[in-house]
Amino acid sequence: MGSLFHWIVFILTALTAIFAAVMVITRRNPIHSALFLVLNFLCIAVLYLLLNSQFIAIIQVMIYAGAIMMLVIFVIMLLSVEEERRTYKVRLSPAKVIGLVVALILFAELVYGIALRVLPGVKGEFTPEKIAQMGDIKAVASLLFTRFLFPFEVASILLLVGIIGAVILSKKER
Amino acid sequence: MELVYFLIEAVVKVVVVFAVLMGTVAYLTLVERKVLGHIQVRYGPNRVGPFGLLQPIADGIKAFFKEEVVPAKADKTIFIIAPMISIVAALCLFAVIPFGDKIEIFGRTVSLTIADLDIGLLYVFGIASLGEYGVVLGGWSGYNKYGVIGALRAAAQMISYELALGLSVIGVLMISGTLNLGEIVQRQAGGHWNVLYQPFAFIFYLVCAIAEINRTPFDMPEAEAELACGFNIEYSSMKFSLFFMAEYAHLVAVCAIATTLFLGGWHGPFLPPSLSWIWFVIKTGVLVYFCIWERGTFPRLRYDQIMKLGWKVLLPLTLANIFFTGLIMVL
Repeated sequence: MGSLFHWIVFILTALTAIFAAVMVITRRNPIHSALFLVLNFLCIAVLYLLLNSQFIAIIQVMIYAGAIMMLVIFVIMLLSVEEERRTYKVRLSPAKVIGLVVALILFAELVYGIALRVLPGVKGEFTPEKIAQMGDIKAVASLLFTRFLFPFEVASILLLVGIIGAVILSKKER
Repeated sequence: MELVYFLIEAVVKVVVVFAVLMGTVAYLTLVERKVLGHIQVRYGPNRVGPFGLLQPIADGIKAFFKEEVVPAKADKTIFIIAPMISIVAALCLFAVIPFGDKIEIFGRTVSLTIADLDIGLLYVFGIASLGEYGVVLGGWSGYNKYGVIGALRAAAQMISYELALGLSVIGVLMISGTLNLGEIVQRQAGGHWNVLYQPFAFIFYLVCAIAEINRTPFDMPEAEAELACGFNIEYSSMKFSLFFMAEYAHLVAVCAIATTLFLGGWHGPFLPPSLSWIWFVIKTGVLVYFCIWERGTFPRLRYDQIMKLGWKVLLPLTLANIFFTGLIMVL
């Protein structure tokens, strides 16, 4: 796989991702927004593939594009979209102002980080050759279950607490 | 030059798999009707050609010449895309399935897999979870209340059973220690089929897979008696056929994956390595027959019973299976 091929794939996916992201916030119909978000997630998965992370890419497809967006679409359908389409009036509300400021700050950080190259990053021990040799999943697992075992377990306990909380919230009073 | 050979090999494999699969799907509709007819003590289709063998072709021609109806209030783009998503996802599943041992053609060693991925099994689950959008969007986009109810049911049911389905195969992963489907098959050589070590996981997988592809007794999204066909109610002509083909392709896919994971894939006695794919076909065929058979046997479950079965029975059982597998492996 030549690097020219990589560049072509990268530019096409990146442009599609940006296009999808713009469509997400400009569609009137929430289902369309959700579907463009799925497209966006798929593009991100392709970007992960370009970075030699098969595992993260397929998890992105499975969890985000597959399961979570399916739940989102499920909820939108339950709320019966046709009657509650987004009204399209441009009004300045405090939420929009805050959102705009946050977005601008994030964008400025991105430009600062990428264009000015102040974040060169540190070369890790897992080079593409090493990952290709030992297998992507083994590389992830060997770190996740040794060095990062504690954060991993904490995250799983957090999720468990979240699940129990959801069950309690949805339980009816007796 | 090597690249050219590689491309030719890939294209030939894709074309062969696609052609065989489409033929299988077409004749599976006939097999299903014949077997169901036999179970219900009637003949089944027997007018077109000898034993009704030309029935799939007649069905195809009929579907082709039917009028395309798109409801006036439908979301047209999504309405057209939905069946495509279904069929494409169903076909993509076959990319990672190992059909047979390596064979030699014109001095080249050819592995009978289209793409030998390290993350093969995860790929299967990823694609399968994308394929659900076809059913859900198809039901929603037609602007029909039965369709929307079917879509809602499909979404809820598939999310629920996807979990149990994923958990049911983890026992196999623990035994084989890889996600590569080819290697999983290799490790079952010599009669060490995973079904012998994971019999319960096999049963859970079959139940969840049948629910995942919406077949009776879990065919909630298109329960004819209550939803008048459910998610595909507004579809006609070739778009309806696409949904139909996707359903059967999915059926073949889950049976092929069950064969790969549990029944030793293409391993089997008597046949030379170059013909090992025949074992794969036989095993998959038996499983497909089982799926048709149980359709003729079981009545449809009620919706809340399906959800209860998924969350309160299958999920704990699959978790227990993982737990005990781990326990035995450690001891």
